[in-house]
Amino acid sequence: MRFFYVFFFSLTLLTANHLSAQTMAPVDSLAPSKLELKLKEVVVRGERQEGAIPSQRLSGTELERLNSLNVADALRFFAGVQLKDYGGVGGIKTVNIRSMGTNHVGVFYDGIQLANAQNGQVDLGQFSLDNIQTISLYNGQKSEIFQSAKDFNSAGSIYMWTRRPVFEDGEHYHLKLKLRTGSFGLINPSLLVEQKLSDAVQASFSAEWVSSNGEYKFRYRRKGVMTDQIMYDTTAVRQNGDVRATRLEGALFGQFAGGKWMLKAYNYTSERGVPGAIVNNVWRRGERIWDNNSFLQGSIDKDVTERYHARLAAKYAYYLTKYVNKDTTVMMIDNVYRQKEFYLSTSHLYNVTRWWDVSVAYDVQWNEMDADMQGFVYPVRWHHFLSAATALHLGVLSVQGSVVYNHVDDRVRLAESPGARSVWTPAVFASITPLRHVGLSLRAFAKRSFRMPTFNDLYYAEIGNARLKPETVEQYNLGVAYKSKYHQQGVFTRLEMSLDGYRNFVTDKIVAYPKGAQFRWTMLNLGRVHITGVDATANLTLQPMRDFFVTARLQYTYQDAIDVTNHADTYYRDQIPYIPWHSGSAAVQLAWNGWALNYSFIYTGERYNQQENIIYNHTQPWYTHDISISKDFRLWKLRWRAQMEVNNLLAQDYDVILNYPMPQRNWRATLSVEI
Amino acid sequence: MRFGRFITCCLAALSLVACREEEVVVPTEHELIPNLSTPFGAVEGMYLLNEGNMGSNKCTLDYLDFVQGYYVRNLYAERNPTVIKELGDVGNDIQIYGSRLYVVVNCSNKIEVLDAYTARRIGQIDIPNVRYVRFHRGFAYATSYVGPVQLNNPNAVRGAVYKIDTLTMKTVAKCTVGFQPDELCVLGQYIYVANSGGYMAPHYDNTVSVIEIEGFKQIEKIPVGINLHRIKADAEGKLWVNSRGDYQTTPSRLYVLAKKTGRNEMGVTDTLDIPCSNFCISGDSLYYYSTEWNNYTQSNTITYGIINTRTKQKVSSSFITDGTERNITIPYGINIHPETRDIYVTDAKNYVSSGVLHCYSKEGRLKWSRRTGDIPAHMVFLTQ
Repeated sequence: MRFFYVFFFSLTLLTANHLSAQTMAPVDSLAPSKLELKLKEVVVRGERQEGAIPSQRLSGTELERLNSLNVADALRFFAGVQLKDYGGVGGIKTVNIRSMGTNHVGVFYDGIQLANAQNGQVDLGQFSLDNIQTISLYNGQKSEIFQSAKDFNSAGSIYMWTRRPVFEDGEHYHLKLKLRTGSFGLINPSLLVEQKLSDAVQASFSAEWVSSNGEYKFRYRRKGVMTDQIMYDTTAVRQNGDVRATRLEGALFGQFAGGKWMLKAYNYTSERGVPGAIVNNVWRRGERIWDNNSFLQGSIDKDVTERYHARLAAKYAYYLTKYVNKDTTVMMIDNVYRQKEFYLSTSHLYNVTRWWDVSVAYDVQWNEMDADMQGFVYPVRWHHFLSAATALHLGVLSVQGSVVYNHVDDRVRLAESPGARSVWTPAVFASITPLRHVGLSLRAFAKRSFRMPTFNDLYYAEIGNARLKPETVEQYNLGVAYKSKYHQQGVFTRLEMSLDGYRNFVTDKIVAYPKGAQFRWTMLNLGRVHITGVDATANLTLQPMRDFFVTARLQYTYQDAIDVTNHADTYYRDQIPYIPWHSGSAAVQLAWNGWALNYSFIYTGERYNQQENIIYNHTQPWYTHDISISKDFRLWKLRWRAQMEVNNLLAQDYDVILNYPMPQRNWRATLSVEI
Repeated sequence: MRFGRFITCCLAALSLVACREEEVVVPTEHELIPNLSTPFGAVEGMYLLNEGNMGSNKCTLDYLDFVQGYYVRNLYAERNPTVIKELGDVGNDIQIYGSRLYVVVNCSNKIEVLDAYTARRIGQIDIPNVRYVRFHRGFAYATSYVGPVQLNNPNAVRGAVYKIDTLTMKTVAKCTVGFQPDELCVLGQYIYVANSGGYMAPHYDNTVSVIEIEGFKQIEKIPVGINLHRIKADAEGKLWVNSRGDYQTTPSRLYVLAKKTGRNEMGVTDTLDIPCSNFCISGDSLYYYSTEWNNYTQSNTITYGIINTRTKQKVSSSFITDGTERNITIPYGINIHPETRDIYVTDAKNYVSSGVLHCYSKEGRLKWSRRTGDIPAHMVFLTQ
């Protein structure tokens, strides 16, 4: 770790504007595309020291070729991740790491967390891959210690890093235009401009528009119990799944002696239909959602002395959601929800000795929510985070310890404010590399983390329960990793493998509980879940011929996630809903002379759609085969790329979520040009 | 296609995991209930409708077979395998009229018409947001929340009672009533409808609509209490109506409506100081239960009792006498066997897992319990 920081800061001083991208956004050293890039980048990435526990990571060209439209699609290639996908371009997509629940996943955009105080979930379907350079997934936490207190806080984290301008000598600007089209009436043009304003300041601007009618065919088919007779076989078109969205993003990046800064403005507006569940006699629904999400965030890093490094980060966010139900058969709804967030973070790292670093960070976040609902209590939350961490590098052993203190104070109007809540959460990470020349390392971590009840959990009319405690998770992980040397010559280029086993214990899980007469609910800290899992990954790069690269990426996840809330429940020790025992993916990319062929296979095993593991709740496995082909070429002195993708090649009819049918075979075509 | 499947299965087999199979019709399960069989009674069986959580499409039909002595779970799909997406989403009422079984499926916007003895489908009646159904002289009368209904808008469109010809299964007339009408009751020449106003919270409706059957017109609205739910007639021709209250300051209550001496109009004669979530009348006895959330203890307070409909007095504060009511999480449905007077109570548990049907003797002792579908709620007896 320390080695990395010294390396990072010294290089920042020397060639600041060349390296800002790599240091902020760690990039995979494995992708063949990277090998095609400039040699100095390869060297830099190859030498980079990983944290105590490295991330799973997808970036650059590999990411572009992976048959993924949005960040959620790409996360399917990570071990330990379960995606909830309600289908289509506009359908909500959330992820769950190691069966701990979506609310335990921290999602960070360019280093600062995307929060949603209302329901604690981030719809990853809203983040297109268009300007994403790298996606990384960390179990436990990003194992660096020079980071904000929030980075230490989640049970698992996803980091999305956008592209940052890097200019060659003599270059002053970049321009990239991209047009994507395909099934579901998809039209998706985008634009990226990067401008070198001076030796010390670069600017980038990115804009994107997505439009889709969301219409796709789906099919439900059943055969007789004992016979092979088809009882029904119906194909229909998914309705009310249309989406129109615009993303605008502008950023400034700067370097100065001993430091750097960045400033980013983001706006996302969308209108979408909510396709809803397909049930008997109902094939179309009328709910619609409008989003207008904006934020402004900035950070500044400074090496105050050779040993003391500091970072200041701030964010202001405003989220507006309008939810309207026009379906006359059910209750009419027309509500507007507004959320405001202000966030400030200071992080400090001190290199005590060559082998010992300490850090401390303090963050404060303010959230306010407003809704025009009957009986809304207008909650305001002050959340203070204080973290202290240390990292030791003792020869073959690296150890990291951190502790975060959270203090949350909510104020509500028209109702009694709940008392302030305080939580301590510790974490210990260790890795040992006994045989450095072989590339074998062992790692382990133990971490306690929690999630705060969201505003919906606490204050939603009727359902909310202001007396909720935070939901806690304890994680214990043991793993082994192998990383071969990088061979520039010969067929075998690189192999990376990892195997992790873990046990997670979720207590005080916030669950819906029946309340009073009729069909009404409240939220209680009732649930307990025990999770036993295995994540395995393997990444292989071969070079059978000159300029011909084969990259394979495999991951497998085993999850045994059982509900141990109460002996008396009929679902005691049953697998929790929507967690398959087995899941995995395989992706193979062949690259030669500007051509690239990608094949990917995604598998999700059998699972249950409700708590009881009975036949009426059983959900079949699903698996899709996706293929893409792309070609890079030069024309009129410009760099072009054309890409054609076919997803769900064998047209499997499947639901990820019960009654939310997924698309059959579909395609996308992309043309991009760079100046 | 075939080759692709082969490759897939090879890949899957390598990783010791299963392949997708063709979806099969939802199977029926049979469970023997010892000593249930009553071969000499007129009551052949009892249908139990499980509501299923909203959006799950898991409204299912169970059957208690008094002739063979079986509990038959989830029989709709096997009896009607060609019906796309099975029975539907959120059952709300079940009734027998003549030889036909009428299943009201609220979120599937329909009344499913089945043969009462075979549970085979005869047809369906499409009614948006339909709630309850009752019958009179060859016609079915069903309440519907209709729409468009606008939240908190005093000019919001009201609910309606649909009049359906049971032979043609077609709607022949509609009669507008109050807001979000729930249960209805045919008594004499009138239909009485309990209006809830559930979508208008906190401005609930508080009336019972009176429809004159002959002209099919609403002739009166009787003010009763806010958020009314069920309405049933007793042997003396009085109406018993329960209100849900607003779940906060106004508690649930049970009201009695009767004709005042020398007059034809019904009016509230008694307001019983008893919270009531659901009830069922058998002879002179009204069996009720109530579930109320207590915010202080963070738990539900559940009460059971029997009221004498003639004296309007509580005669028992529990119809379960052996202490087994402790095993009930959320009572959700109640019915009394017309011959044996056995008491059937369903437990909806947490609404998203299988419920339980409990059978108690008329003395209140648990005879047996069986697992049901999700949210078991509505029961109807089938007689020869």
